[in-house]
Amino acid sequence: MDWKKLFAKLYIWLLLIVLYAPIAFIVIFSFTEAKSLGNWTGFSTALYQNLFNGSMQNASGLLSAVKNTLLIALVASVVATLLGTIAAIGIFHLHGTKKQTMTFLNNIPMINPDIITGVSLFLLFVFLGISQGYTTVILAHITFCTPYVVLNVMPKLRQMNPNIYEAALDLGATPAQAFRKVLVPALRPGMISGFILSFTMSLDDFVVTFFTRGTIGLDTLSTYIYTDARKGGLTPELKPLMSIIFLIILVVLLVINIRQSKQLEKKA
Amino acid sequence: MSQNDVIIKVEHLSKSFGDKTVLDDINLEIKRGEFVTLLGPSGCGKTTMLRFIAGFNTADEGKIIMEGKDITDVPPFKRPLNTVFQRYALFPHLDVYDNIAFGLKLNKVPEEEIDKRVMKVLKLVSMSDYEDRDVESLSGGQQQRVAIARALINQPKVLLLDEPLAALDLKMRKDMQIELKEMHKKLGITFIYVTHDQEEALTLSDTIVVMNEGKIQQIGTPTDIYNEPVNAFVADFIGESNILKGRMIRDRRVAFIKHEFDCVDEGFGEDVKVDVVVRPEDIYFTTDPAKCQFKAKVNSCIFKGVHYEMWVDTDTGYELMIQDYDPYPVGSEVMLYIDPDDIQVMKKEREANTYAAKVTGEGEVEFLGTTFACDTTGFEEGDEVVATIRFEKVDLLDYEEEADTTGNVVFILYMGNHYHLTVKTESGENIWVDTNDIWDKGDFVGIKILPEDIRLSKPAAGNE
Repeated sequence: MDWKKLFAKLYIWLLLIVLYAPIAFIVIFSFTEAKSLGNWTGFSTALYQNLFNGSMQNASGLLSAVKNTLLIALVASVVATLLGTIAAIGIFHLHGTKKQTMTFLNNIPMINPDIITGVSLFLLFVFLGISQGYTTVILAHITFCTPYVVLNVMPKLRQMNPNIYEAALDLGATPAQAFRKVLVPALRPGMISGFILSFTMSLDDFVVTFFTRGTIGLDTLSTYIYTDARKGGLTPELKPLMSIIFLIILVVLLVINIRQSKQLEKKA
Repeated sequence: MSQNDVIIKVEHLSKSFGDKTVLDDINLEIKRGEFVTLLGPSGCGKTTMLRFIAGFNTADEGKIIMEGKDITDVPPFKRPLNTVFQRYALFPHLDVYDNIAFGLKLNKVPEEEIDKRVMKVLKLVSMSDYEDRDVESLSGGQQQRVAIARALINQPKVLLLDEPLAALDLKMRKDMQIELKEMHKKLGITFIYVTHDQEEALTLSDTIVVMNEGKIQQIGTPTDIYNEPVNAFVADFIGESNILKGRMIRDRRVAFIKHEFDCVDEGFGEDVKVDVVVRPEDIYFTTDPAKCQFKAKVNSCIFKGVHYEMWVDTDTGYELMIQDYDPYPVGSEVMLYIDPDDIQVMKKEREANTYAAKVTGEGEVEFLGTTFACDTTGFEEGDEVVATIRFEKVDLLDYEEEADTTGNVVFILYMGNHYHLTVKTESGENIWVDTNDIWDKGDFVGIKILPEDIRLSKPAAGNE
């Protein structure tokens, strides 16, 4: 083997190790009982058992944080998918500078730092006098998710035959029927990837949630873990929890990838 | 024509996108059961007009009346007509059967009846046994058949077709033309067909509507349009033609290419300038000096499959195109004649460029959105005048610096010994130019008019 190839292989492996070592670290140490991270006291599934039978400290707090996270992510991504799809259709049918302006305005929130989004939404909610809690967190998540849906649906609109909506109207479908029976199926792949992206972005969010959750003690996983870590170290049972979340995301990603490559095969 | 025979009536239809007028006061009546073609170059407004009839475009002004009812404000899904789109517009997520059954399923037609009707239209478009196929696995021609079946299954009173064959290859297109014509005969419904292909229009239509720049140029049967074009645009657009400047000497006598000919046209008046159209297949060769009307020299001769296409230089310095089954060698002297029947005389649309203008100062006049220097003797600042410039006095330049204004060449006519150009200026108005220089359609040109070539006159009273 020549040096170039060897170097390339070493480089990619080094990169993968740097990327995945922290995760591997958490997963490995979720199978031991030690309280402090990095201490291996022999293989055990005790932490997993504690997590599921609720015998850990503040189990109810964790459970409600998980529930909140999923609920917020679900509501926010469903609403963002609907809003984003409709917005994409609108922007797609604009012309010239109007279209450019709208596309530009849609892109800004995506590159805007979370801290600015969080603080400005916080100020807006205070200004509008909306009491902070579920509503504000969901609204905030919808705000930063919607542009990603627009971004995912737009290419599907470009690929679509521009006349199919009109063809449906022509055959007697009302605008609502044409939207449901023709537009949505044509845009579905874009809507699904927009939805998944929104869902993971919402799950993942800390900064915006932190600024908009108010003082009623609403916790999502990320804020719960943050508070927990600041109160005398990370609860050990969070390690198995994070491993499980990682596993679920991995499975979802694999399923999406396999589905996509199957669709490509079918077309070819 | 009784009102009952008219199925669709378009009244005073006008439409602009921004400051571009796409349709300009269109009036049209379409008879029941007719095969009508809207024919014209791209951008002439034909597709916009079809979309207006289908209900996808709203008009700035005008009405559409179907079977006596005003349907201007009826949405497309409530209009009793169906459309075949240019690029098929089949629903990619549905198979052939579900594409065709789409309209019936919306109307909650019982399943057995849907089944029966789908099989029937599939047979009509020769696509039986294709019902389970994925539409994306079909060829262009097959997709077009499915699109036609999908439109026909709702039993529309009028079928609209927007360049349905444009995406097919030549052989397929010819076959589909014949099938469409047969379908039209069999179904007996009205077809409104949009195309830019004059041959297709001549083959298919009962009536052709020739359009250009948002206006209807001529309505007639294919033979009318071909044999008796009303203006130079129609003559040039439909088939090959020699378009020449002429002068009506009196009824049934016309002069062009510096020779006099008998013709069959009357009512133009005496000594009136006209345009003359002679089709290339209507100029005949003869060896009989008594029959010969003028002489010419063969300049080029090309075999075109069925006939030969020859360019000849007449003894008076004009170039004419002739089509004949027999070739004549290049360089040979030939004797030619034209039958009176085959000379089509057209009223001249204009004899010079005329613009409403305004004197803006001593030796300065404003029109075409800019100011020109010219002799303003006899007029005062602020006077409304008419500026007249002869076609041959307009100079076209290929640079802007010395030009008075600029424009784009939009239409070119060869008139036997010079080109007659239509140039759309920056202001959106047209200027017509006679020139010997060769320009291409779409060329960006500078326009220059010398001060002594602009004639000013008082506007005709009450004619504004």
